[in-house]
Amino acid sequence: MRVMAQMAMVMNLDKCIGCHTCSVTCKQTWTNRDGVEYVWFNNVETKPGIGYPKRYEDQDRWRGGWTLDRRGRLKLRAGGRIKRLVNLFANPDLPTLDDYYEPATYDYDTLISAPAQEHTPVARPKSMITGEDMAITWGANWEDDLGGAPQHAPSDPNMKDLADKVKMEFEQTFMFHLPRICEHCINPACVSACPSGAMYKREEDGIVLVDQDRCRGWRACVSSCPYKKVYVNHKTGKAEKCTFCFPRIEAGQPTVCGETCVGRLRYIGLVLYDADAVTEAASVPDPRDLLEAQKKVFLDPNDPRVVAAARAAGIHDDWIEAARMSPVYRLAIDYGVALPLHPEYRTMPMVWYIPPLSPVMDAVTGRGADPDDADEVFHAITDLRIPIEYLAELFTAGDTEVVAGVLMKLSAMRHHMRSRTIDGTPAAGVLDAVGMTAAEVEDMYRLLAIAKYEDRYVIPAAHKEDAAALEALADGCSLDGDGGPGMTGFHMEGNASGKRADGRVGLPLFVRKG
Amino acid sequence: MSDFALWVIAPYLALTVFVVGHVWRWRTDQFGWTTRTTQVLESRLLRLGSPLFHLGAFMAIGGHVLGLLVPKSWTEAVGVSEHLYHLVAVTAGTIAGVMVVAGLGLLLARRFTNGRVRRTTTRMDKVLFTVLGAVIFFGMAETVGVNLFGGGYDYRETVAVWFRGIFYFQPEPDLMAGAPLVYQLHTLSAWVLIALWPFTRLVHVWSAPIAYLWRPYVVYRRRAPAPRSVAR
Ligand code: SF4
Ligand code: SF4
Repeated sequence: MRVMAQMAMVMNLDKCIGCHTCSVTCKQTWTNRDGVEYVWFNNVETKPGIGYPKRYEDQDRWRGGWTLDRRGRLKLRAGGRIKRLVNLFANPDLPTLDDYYEPATYDYDTLISAPAQEHTPVARPKSMITGEDMAITWGANWEDDLGGAPQHAPSDPNMKDLADKVKMEFEQTFMFHLPRICEHCINPACVSACPSGAMYKREEDGIVLVDQDRCRGWRACVSSCPYKKVYVNHKTGKAEKCTFCFPRIEAGQPTVCGETCVGRLRYIGLVLYDADAVTEAASVPDPRDLLEAQKKVFLDPNDPRVVAAARAAGIHDDWIEAARMSPVYRLAIDYGVALPLHPEYRTMPMVWYIPPLSPVMDAVTGRGADPDDADEVFHAITDLRIPIEYLAELFTAGDTEVVAGVLMKLSAMRHHMRSRTIDGTPAAGVLDAVGMTAAEVEDMYRLLAIAKYEDRYVIPAAHKEDAAALEALADGCSLDGDGGPGMTGFHMEGNASGKRADGRVGLPLFVRKG
Repeated sequence: MSDFALWVIAPYLALTVFVVGHVWRWRTDQFGWTTRTTQVLESRLLRLGSPLFHLGAFMAIGGHVLGLLVPKSWTEAVGVSEHLYHLVAVTAGTIAGVMVVAGLGLLLARRFTNGRVRRTTTRMDKVLFTVLGAVIFFGMAETVGVNLFGGGYDYRETVAVWFRGIFYFQPEPDLMAGAPLVYQLHTLSAWVLIALWPFTRLVHVWSAPIAYLWRPYVVYRRRAPAPRSVAR
């Protein structure tokens, strides 16, 4: 057993209102620079929809993630090592800007500098890549709230295997939002594909990063990430990706997307896992077994043997304690309501999702039934092929039973709390159906619905005594160079003044010029 | 005197700049050390042009190693006649040359007609393309003009001997001074390219990621050096 700690996130999709605050704050922090205009480390998609970049989930086309070779061993879907070195000269699987979108701005200047004339001047859209006039025809969230869905949504790759295709007519459709960041996978395809060894997974917290000084622009990571969360900076020619806001995490603070999430639906915490068990778990033959296999890789932080092994691996006690309180572990393992996105890519993603109940509720209402009636909802969950099948394509490699089980739990929680609060007595039988106790369900309710800040984010600060690297943040790091993702750097104030009462380090933010 | 400057001083100057330039660039500009890929901006032409150019360039480099570094006496010792050598060299050289020319032509056409890619082109890129173009042009003039259609010229008696002499510090400038003009121009433009090399995107050549073939898939790195108290 080789214990490693992993920072992980869970998002509760029922609460996402699709406001894109997370995307915008992330962009302001990390990608408001030349060369990454088109890059969204965090983006929010409407599902059903083709996503960003277009149809990124179609791995027959983009060849991201892993597959098993004929002997059942893990192999990058893009091919073996030799083939991939040969493809360095031209990557056949690389999306181009048109698969993302051409970023645009408007020449607002003409509005104030145009000479007096008969007609009102207009600000024309200009490409931020070429500076030429352009027609804006796509964007990172072009299909927001199902805009244009009758045309686009049927080509959502998740619809491919659905028996009954989702009808994109107004009354029959359903939708939900899917915020996405890098999954900081336990078996990252991007790292494994990087020919230079510039990408790495941090031993301490599992965050996956690109070493900007060692990236040579081979762009293998971009195509090999099945979630398309590594991007080319076309100005520097180097790869950049979501950093899980590591400077904030090191200071015990949540990521920018988490901190600013309006729906307060993001949870960040530690998961301990057995690094020696990863390869075997990622190679189970049936993709539907991957979820269980990944869960088995996680270690129970309350098990004394795990604690001893964690200590031996150099994990500090406060981190082990944080793992014990981790909302991610509770949601994924204790309550079993969080699911990984596309486990079939075999990267062992570590941003998990609580699937939304709302599509089911919509369907119940659509059938003219009462969404407050537990039986009706349970029936709908077991009867309705859509949207359960669709959710299963996203979260369980098509296994509808697992998704249905989670939705049952969520629905049972609602009914339990409703009957307890309104009727004064919890309805009998509802919880038995999902095998949870009232105490468990009420704890889960507190975590999901009340969602206090300190329950959502249990982030132990990095250890200063073994973190000379933290100094680098104050003193300019390689990422701060022109075009580097840290160009507008975080800056640490002296540690004494920066310490907050709760022991976390305050991070005064300001933009350093030059 | 000018022969000495051209065929002794210039090569050593170029080689010095090449070495010192690389050391300097490696130590000061890891961030700029990249292929400066533009595939994300334009992929269709690149997927044709880039493999053509690179494969052609590898063949051409291989040919130069054979032609310049392997003495004529060695190939004769293993029974390769001058005629056979000439045949192989001209055929392979012509194929490689055509590939390089076609590939680079495509890549340059792409770079200067596609607005997205054009905007990423730096002044240094333009200098590089000019010099590279010249080297290739004179090289093609030798292979195709002199050796394929012309009377032929046995550079292994002169240019190659002079070239090897540079590396054991006994260059014989007279050998070059007597070579045909295209050979002189090809050689001179190549020295300019060598001197420019460390300051251009060509540095990515030295980062050819061969080690990827045996490296473990997932790379782990510590944020901080391992704490001393803890055994790893
Ligand atoms: S999601 Fe993140 S860690 Fe996983 S393969 Fe993509 S870039 Fe790498
Ligand atoms: S900020 Fe929160 S609620 Fe808003 S889109 Fe992002 S994840 Fe959803």
